[in-house]
Amino acid sequence: MSHPPERIERHTLSILVDNEPGVLARVIGLFSGRGYNIDSLTVSEVSHERHLSRITIVTTGTPMVIEQIRNQLDRLVPIHRVRDLTVEAASVERELAMVKVRGTGDARSEALRLAEAFRARVIDATTESFVFEITGKSDKIDQFAVLMVPLGLVEVSRTGVVAISRGPEAM
Amino acid sequence: MSKDMTGAEMVIQALADQGVEHLFGYPGGAVLPIYDALFHQNSIEHILVRHEQAAVHAAEGYARSSGKVGVVLVTSGPGATNAVTGLTDALMDSIPLVCITGQVPTHLIGNDAFQECDTVGITRPCTKHNYLVRDVKDLARVLHEAFYVAQNGRPGPVVVDIPKDVQFALGSYVGPENIEHKTYKPKLRGDADRIEAALDMIARARRPIFYTGGGVINAGPKASSALRDLARLTGVPVTSTLMGLGAFPAASRQWLGMLGMHGTYEANMAMHGCDLMVCIGARFDDRITGRIDAFSPESKKIHIDIDPSSINKNVKVDLPIIGDCAHVLEAMVRGWREGGRSTDGEAMDVWWRQIDRWRARNCLAYRASDTVIKPQYAIERLYAATCDKDVYISTEVGQHQMWAAQFFRFEEPNRWLTSGGLGTMGYGLPAAIGAQIAHPDALCVDIAGEASILMNMQEMSTAIQFDLPVKIFILNNRYMGMVRQWQELLHGGRYSHSYSEALPDFVKLAEAYGGVGMRCDKPGDLDAAIAEMIAVKRPVIFDCIVDQQENCFPMIPSGRAHNEMILGDMAVDLDEAITDEGKMLV
Ligand SMILES: Cc1ncc(C[n+]2csc(CCOP(=O)(O)OP(=O)(O)O)c2C)c(N)n1
Ligand SMILES: [Mg+2]
Repeated sequence: MSHPPERIERHTLSILVDNEPGVLARVIGLFSGRGYNIDSLTVSEVSHERHLSRITIVTTGTPMVIEQIRNQLDRLVPIHRVRDLTVEAASVERELAMVKVRGTGDARSEALRLAEAFRARVIDATTESFVFEITGKSDKIDQFAVLMVPLGLVEVSRTGVVAISRGPEAM
Repeated sequence: MSKDMTGAEMVIQALADQGVEHLFGYPGGAVLPIYDALFHQNSIEHILVRHEQAAVHAAEGYARSSGKVGVVLVTSGPGATNAVTGLTDALMDSIPLVCITGQVPTHLIGNDAFQECDTVGITRPCTKHNYLVRDVKDLARVLHEAFYVAQNGRPGPVVVDIPKDVQFALGSYVGPENIEHKTYKPKLRGDADRIEAALDMIARARRPIFYTGGGVINAGPKASSALRDLARLTGVPVTSTLMGLGAFPAASRQWLGMLGMHGTYEANMAMHGCDLMVCIGARFDDRITGRIDAFSPESKKIHIDIDPSSINKNVKVDLPIIGDCAHVLEAMVRGWREGGRSTDGEAMDVWWRQIDRWRARNCLAYRASDTVIKPQYAIERLYAATCDKDVYISTEVGQHQMWAAQFFRFEEPNRWLTSGGLGTMGYGLPAAIGAQIAHPDALCVDIAGEASILMNMQEMSTAIQFDLPVKIFILNNRYMGMVRQWQELLHGGRYSHSYSEALPDFVKLAEAYGGVGMRCDKPGDLDAAIAEMIAVKRPVIFDCIVDQQENCFPMIPSGRAHNEMILGDMAVDLDEAITDEGKMLV
């Protein structure tokens, strides 16, 4: 018997954790052990005094799997809170990337023009290369990187998504 | 109040403050300071096992039969890795344990030092939580936290890894009263509106069933007693998973027997045909559901569980209630009494008549014999000889385990100790030892298979050393019977490596350990032999020679639905019974 394929959704989860050794391993181990997807992951300390780190994970799965991921995360002992920013709150998301492009002549000036259009900044330059810094939603960065390919894209380094809910409340 | 002491002394003090009376362990270089601290005290009895896996299973048997936290102490490296199977077993079956492991001194961690392993790394996926304590000032807090985490919420094993220098270091001890956990605060009380809604659904149901699991046992005797009250008040039939046996009395008319792959016909048919399923402390495991898309197609489902991640994991439910089974069931009993609800008497009559027709199918019937001992008969006789006694039954894994679940009847919780989630051969003997430690005067029997028992046979020495009169009742079919059965069903009867070759003489083996060995191979001798086994107040290995070919039925073949089960007297072509898709499943 075949079922209608369940729809796959993309969700951004924000996770507040105790900043103790091994906490990231627990989170990642949960995803790999249970076969969940990680599209992007960022982590950094957000409060030194309270020993808190914030992990942002972008994942994909059926609604049932996304609910599972949330609940599985929630029961890890050092986790304070998990929020599914995709459903629980209006939120903003950003990612930062550095994009290295090598070229001379027309390609080089075209790269610079496009960078301006995308509000990317030049943070390193040689006579035959640029490193651009660009922030925005992930798809904007994807698009910028694609445009750079024929102009001499060398490499890209991306932070992964960070996100926060809109409005005055904390998570 | 805080007091200065060494890390090793803190371990002992923390255990004593947590009310620990027994500790299952095995020494080694990295825990010598703790063993030295043990030497200087009398409040905690240390049970020396013969293998660290068995220490963990013994602690499980202790915990499950007593409701207390089981405690384990092992050394670093091989001590810790040997404990991994037991920890995984306890995680799968939600058993509260604290396992203390020694570790190489902090300055050597990461250097591939002698007997170093990454214990927290290895045990991260097989514990509820784990800690590496790098500083003695954290040690007391972590130990108390470990006990808190092990027993609150859904119980599970917690590892505390303590480097040897931390065991020697001086620090100040804090007692358990000063510990509050920062993040881990599971919800105990179910939402009142949802409980009301659940009661309304029960009152409206025409074909309701209670599907209960190990969560009812874990929630303590109050949960079992509330379940009994609720069942009595509502008249709803009750079935249970392997893990939940004993929460509801087998003697009750409302008891349908175990459900699932080797469950009874009436339990599985009632699960399939019900219009309301109330799942209480169970988790819709694949052994229970069979083919998931054909699982109980017409029912509304209520799910009561303390672990939110159990909800909607395998099966989508209509009404989840997050909370401790005891709290929720007690609230339901109160609500039912006060709300003046009742079930639809006429509909319930029809439902019970249907169930009685399923019962009349007599699904556990087997062909009796007066020449060979049928394994089912052996369990029936063991039950008859022990049912009036204070008895704890553990098992190994295989056919004998399923026959024990089908034919032994449990009236009380905490009496049935079996490895459900992980299905660990070698579980039963150490678990029986743990139960015997917790209940010195009780009769503790490990219903075993001849293959499984060899996996932790060495624990006979532990039983002898500590004067534990455990009984090992081997259903010896000279096969890894469950493997043989699957090979018969799925692999054309090609019995690849499932014959128990070169078995020891179990009678002599028992004697070699200093215990008592017995053998019985005639149905006519069985009762007298069992009586003798019970009368002996020493460890006994009872080699019960049973029919080699017997298969365990009923059985829902992998990949099939509940209403497609095979019964023992059905002449089915077993090869046909399992789809190609089903063969992929375990
Ligand atoms: C540690 C471990 N290894 C392998 C298995 C797979 N397995 C399940 S049942 C079984 C056979 C058990 O044989 P026996 O103990 O004689 O029990 P019987 O089925 O004959 O009653 C095996 C090998 C297991 N469950 N656990
Ligand atoms: Mg066997």
